[in-house]
Amino acid sequence: MTSNGKARTLFEKVWNAHTVREQSADTPAVLYIDLHLVHEVTSPQAFSMLRERGLAVRRPQQTIGTMDHSTPTTPRNALGVIPVADALAAKQLAVFSENCDDFGIPMYALGDEHQGIVHVIGPEKGLTQPGMTIVCGDSHTSTHGAFGALAFGIGTSEVGHVLATQTLLQNKPKTMAVNVEGSLGAGVTAKDIILAIIARIGIGGGTGFVFEYRGEAIRRLSMEGRMTVCNMSIEGGARAGMIAPDDTTFEYISGREHAPSGADWDAAVDAWRLLPSDDGADFDQEITIRADELSPMITYGTNPGMGMPITASVPAPADEADYNKKIALEKALAYMDLAPRQKLLGKAIDVVFIGSCTNSRITDLRQAAEFVKGRKVADNVRMLVVPGSQQVKRQAESEGLHEVFKAAGAEWREAGCSMCIAMNGDQLQPGQYAVSTSNRNFEGRQGKGGRSFLASPLTAAASAIAGVVADPRAMTASSL
Amino acid sequence: MEKLSQIQGSIVSIPMNDIDTDQIIPARFLKVTDKEGLGKAAFCDWRYLEDGETPNPEFILNKPAYAGATVLVAGDNFGCGSSREHAPWALMGAGFKAVISTDFADIFRNNALKNGLLPVIVDRDTQQQLFSLADEDPNTTVSVDVEAQTLTLPDGREVGFPLDGFSKYCLLNGVDQLGYLLALDAEVTRFEANNRQRVVTTA
Ligand code: SF4
Repeated sequence: MTSNGKARTLFEKVWNAHTVREQSADTPAVLYIDLHLVHEVTSPQAFSMLRERGLAVRRPQQTIGTMDHSTPTTPRNALGVIPVADALAAKQLAVFSENCDDFGIPMYALGDEHQGIVHVIGPEKGLTQPGMTIVCGDSHTSTHGAFGALAFGIGTSEVGHVLATQTLLQNKPKTMAVNVEGSLGAGVTAKDIILAIIARIGIGGGTGFVFEYRGEAIRRLSMEGRMTVCNMSIEGGARAGMIAPDDTTFEYISGREHAPSGADWDAAVDAWRLLPSDDGADFDQEITIRADELSPMITYGTNPGMGMPITASVPAPADEADYNKKIALEKALAYMDLAPRQKLLGKAIDVVFIGSCTNSRITDLRQAAEFVKGRKVADNVRMLVVPGSQQVKRQAESEGLHEVFKAAGAEWREAGCSMCIAMNGDQLQPGQYAVSTSNRNFEGRQGKGGRSFLASPLTAAASAIAGVVADPRAMTASSL
Repeated sequence: MEKLSQIQGSIVSIPMNDIDTDQIIPARFLKVTDKEGLGKAAFCDWRYLEDGETPNPEFILNKPAYAGATVLVAGDNFGCGSSREHAPWALMGAGFKAVISTDFADIFRNNALKNGLLPVIVDRDTQQQLFSLADEDPNTTVSVDVEAQTLTLPDGREVGFPLDGFSKYCLLNGVDQLGYLLALDAEVTRFEANNRQRVVTTA
């Protein structure tokens, strides 16, 4: 608690510690940014603006770049290079390289041993730490909130603001406590928690809020699981989602490249222990879900809020009282070519995608590999496994996971966003169905005309083997 | 940014909830390094047939009667999804000056305001009334007064909408927010002197 005794939330503590200028009636607050992550897609116009105005990057040493969105994940050639066939993508990557060079920003280029999805490399390099403010021109920046950082996505104009001033104008958001009580059953994972939350509140339910995920089920999650949950905060409309740091957090950070060490480490941990919300701190809103009541979740529609337990049936527009929602559901089912009240279990699929900043970390790959081991991907299914970073790729290979996937008939790819965004060559063909561990099932998101069922890595792996949408609980994992 | 104080224009409606930024501008068009030409790709997968070139005659923006519309009326939660500022760039490139909805996703609203695309938040009844009006008469015109924060319907009814004072100031004066932040240099320097730098990416 503060000296005046007012109980504060984790969010308020981080917000207050970074306020350069308070919000007033006329102006938003000015927030200081500790770490700015940049990538090739949302930064070029911001760098152009700096050039036009003759501005420098204020803190290149608090900025880091990586290539991830428009990069191919196809194998390296004989020279060890990952070729970029798409001329536009190649130009975008070249421009990014040049921008980072010119402005003194360290950057991991395609194929570099540190390169990867921006939200995978921040944490794995120890750059993401509790109590920090972190932004990126990417809405899944919410991922970093898993460490008790205030992290959110910004637009390209704001990327320019942060590059030039290391600050942002922000109106203070409201807070929502999202309690996940009890413990998860077998076969139910972090991805199922967040899909259930979004199904409950809807994709606009968190607009204007910062979530704080709390409760026993959250505390029990690994850092990777917590990142999966925070990652999809934006799919509930919240720009940021946070989890109070604890020993699990400190253990994850300890020893990483940019983590404090020695006496600095002890001081940092002491400071981090003060971050969790005080007892009695007020949230503007609060919701609670029971982890023990959750099943593996899957989406059936064209936004991440259209999700259900995997054993359930697709809802019927006729049962929807709200006119707008009825129309939206009709349109979604038409796009997905699904019938009202149809079961998804047993539905034939064409592609399984394991990857993206939601589920491409080592624990995700281990879970999927454990399931796939000794089994074969169904003949009708193309399975892509795309590690989130080169470091995850190396780790997985050192554990032999790539051999497990390859032996099963899956493709083991280079690191990147891949089929999550379909702007890099990896994409669904029109009409194809995919079980995907990524975060968005919008029309065409994974390829024009493609249809995505979002689910956990376990559900995705089970479905790859079965060749149809499958419940991982019904298929026991082979023992390793 | 150009000054924006009044908008007068005809409306066109896409009465669908949760129109996400992947629909406003699909990711495959994000390989650009400038802001040019994005207007052609706005709502691309709805606007063109399979071949990606032939206009889909069924899609409302392709109907000649609505060709000159500058105000888009949309379902709830417009602009959800990714942070791509290409979404407001594409909408402006397609000729829009304002979008009317009951609510907007946070990042989209921020991005729109920074580019002079006005997000106008109205109540459900007004939204539904505008859907009907647009349907019945493609020449339906509305006007928006940024200073007064009012939307005037064809029947003369005025509806207020929220707009934070700072964004309003920037729109009316045609200035962007960066100038304000740059002027705070001394305060930022003081903040940096008083707070330890958390990480050093160049180390
Ligand atoms: S993996 Fe997908 S959601 Fe994540 S940063 Fe890349 S494109 Fe965005």
